[in-house]
Amino acid sequence: MKNDPAIHVENLTKMFGDFTAVNSISFQVGKGEVFGFLGANGAGKTTAMKMLIGISKPTSGQARVAGFNVRTHAEEVKNSIGYMSQKFSLYNDLTIKENIVFFGGIYGLPKSVLKEKTQALVDELGLHDHADALVRSLPLGWKQKVAFSVALLHNPKIIFLDEPTGGVDPITRRQFWEMIYREASKGVTIFVTTHYMDEAEYCDRVSIMVEGNIEALDTPNKLKERYQVGSMNEVFLKLARNIE
Amino acid sequence: MRTIIFLLVKEFKQIFRNKPMLVIIFMLPIIQLLILANAASYEVRNIRFAAIDADQTPYSRELVSKFRASAQFDFIAMYPSEKMGKEAVQQGTVDVVLHIPQNFERDLQKEKKSQLLVTINAINGSAAAVENIYVTSIIKDFNKTVQVALRNAADTAQKPKEVIAIPLFWFNPELDYTTFMVPGILVLLVTMVALFLAGMNIVREKELGTLEQINVTPIKKHEFIIGKLTPFWILGIAELMVGLVIAKIAFDIPMVGHPGLLFLFASVYLLVVLGIGLYISNFTETQQQAMFLAWFFAVIFILMSGLFTPIESMPVWAQVLTEFNPVKYFVEVIRMVMLKGSSLKDITPQLVKLGLYALVINALAVWSYKKVS
Repeated sequence: MKNDPAIHVENLTKMFGDFTAVNSISFQVGKGEVFGFLGANGAGKTTAMKMLIGISKPTSGQARVAGFNVRTHAEEVKNSIGYMSQKFSLYNDLTIKENIVFFGGIYGLPKSVLKEKTQALVDELGLHDHADALVRSLPLGWKQKVAFSVALLHNPKIIFLDEPTGGVDPITRRQFWEMIYREASKGVTIFVTTHYMDEAEYCDRVSIMVEGNIEALDTPNKLKERYQVGSMNEVFLKLARNIE
Repeated sequence: MRTIIFLLVKEFKQIFRNKPMLVIIFMLPIIQLLILANAASYEVRNIRFAAIDADQTPYSRELVSKFRASAQFDFIAMYPSEKMGKEAVQQGTVDVVLHIPQNFERDLQKEKKSQLLVTINAINGSAAAVENIYVTSIIKDFNKTVQVALRNAADTAQKPKEVIAIPLFWFNPELDYTTFMVPGILVLLVTMVALFLAGMNIVREKELGTLEQINVTPIKKHEFIIGKLTPFWILGIAELMVGLVIAKIAFDIPMVGHPGLLFLFASVYLLVVLGIGLYISNFTETQQQAMFLAWFFAVIFILMSGLFTPIESMPVWAQVLTEFNPVKYFVEVIRMVMLKGSSLKDITPQLVKLGLYALVINALAVWSYKKVS
C-alpha cells in the first residue's frame, strides 16, 4: 500500500446525456508530485477534477484518490484532500480569521490547533493588519493565497487546485507557486489546472486534455522534445491545432 | 455536533452582518402587519345606494329612509326612472339600486305582500353577497315595522307566530375583522421569512460557489442542513414574538389561550416551511428560479389557507388540496388559540398532521440534497 500512487485513474468517463465530457481517461499521479492538468476551455478538466474530489459521480471507470475509491468512499476521499476552486471559495462576508476557524472547524480541527493554525497562517502570509478584515476587502491575489492556505488547514495528502491563479498578477503568481513548491517538498501531492503555460513548465509532469481525451502526458521537457518545440505554449498550440 | 456549531456561528455572523437584510427581515413584516391588518377586511362599507320610488307613498318613503339611515349605505340619489338607475350601475357610479314598484303600499295593505327589485353590481362577487345581506336585513327590519302597523289596523286576534333567530357571536362578539385578520397575517409573516430566506440562502451559496467548497469537505448532509435551517427557525420564532407584541400593542388583539401553545405549534410549523424551502433550493440553480418557485407555493398556500376566503366554501377537490397546505393549519390554530382559548388537546389533530408533514418533507429534502452530482 505504501507505494500506491496518490491518484490512480482508469477509464474514467463522464457523460451528460449524449455528450461525453470526459472520455475514458487513465493516468496516475505519484506522491509528492506536482501534476499539471492542462486543456483548453471546455476540454473536460474541471469535470474530471470534480469526479476526483468526490462531488461528481463517474458514469463509468474507476478512480482512487489517496487510496479510496471516489465512487464508494467519496467522504473518505474528502477527508484526505484539499480543494481550491476556480470561483473564489471563501466567504466574502467573513473575516480572514473567521474563514479559517469555520473551514478548520468543519474539518474537525480541535480548538487549540485552530488557534495555532490561524496564527501561523496570518504570520506566514504577513496579514497581521488584515486578519480581522472582511475577505471582501482584500485584493484578489491575497484572497487566493488565503484560500490556498485554508485548503491546507487539515493537512491533506493531496491538494486540488482549479485555475488558482486566474486573474492574478505575475508577482503574486510567482509567490503562489512558491507556496505550491513548499507544500510539494513536504510530500503533499499537487494536482493543478492552469491556462498559463509558463506555470506548466513548473510542473513535474503535465497532461494535456483535448475534447475529453488526454492527448499527451509527460514531463514538460519530454513533451517539448517529442513535439520538437521550445516551450509548453507551443506544445499546447500544436496539440489543440491538430484536433481542428 | 461540533460541526453544526461552527456552521451556526458562521450563519449568524453572516445574517447579523448584513444590516440591510436584517432591517428587511424585521421591518417589512411589521409594516405589512400594520397595513394589512387595517386594510384586509371582509367588511363592505360606503355602499353607494340609489333608489327609484315609483310608488311615492308613506311606506315607500319609509323604506328609502331606512336605507338612508343605515351606516353601510351612502345615499347617492333618487332616480326618476328605471333607465337612469340602470345607467348608473352601468357607469359604476352606484353599487345598489332599489326599485320600488307602483302600488307597493296598496299591495302590502291589501294582499299582505309586495315585491321589490334590487339591482346589485356583482363584479366583486363577495362584496355583492355582503351587500345583499345588508339589503335583506334592512328590508326585514322594514317588514317588522309594517307588520306591526298592519296588525294594529287589522285584527289583533290573528297573531302570526314568528320565529326569531338571535345570533350570538362567540369568540369575536363585535365581529371585529381586525381581530379576525391579524392572527392570520402573523402566520403569513412567519411563513415568508422561513420559506424565502432559508431557500434563497442555500441557492445563493450555490451561485457564489461556496457550496461547492462545502461539498468538498467531509461535512455530513444532516449537519449541513441542520446548520442551515436552525438560524431561520430561530428568526421565524423571533418574528412571531415581535408580531404578537405588535398585535397586542397596536391592535389590542386578545390572547385568550396560552401563548406557549402558539410557539409550540410554530416550532413544528417552521420545520415544515423550512423543509419546503430547502426542497426548492435542491432543485434550483439560481436565486431567480428559487424565488419563482417559492412564490408559486406561497401564493397557492396563502390564498387557499382560509385566511381570506373560508375553506368551507371551496369546491371539494380544493378542500382536499388544502389538507396539504401547512399555512391552513397554522391559520386555524392561531385563531383557535388567540380568540377561542383552545387547549393543547384541541389543537392536537393539527399538531400531529403538521408533525408528520415536517417529517416527510424534511426526509425528502435531506434525501434530495446531493453532495455529489
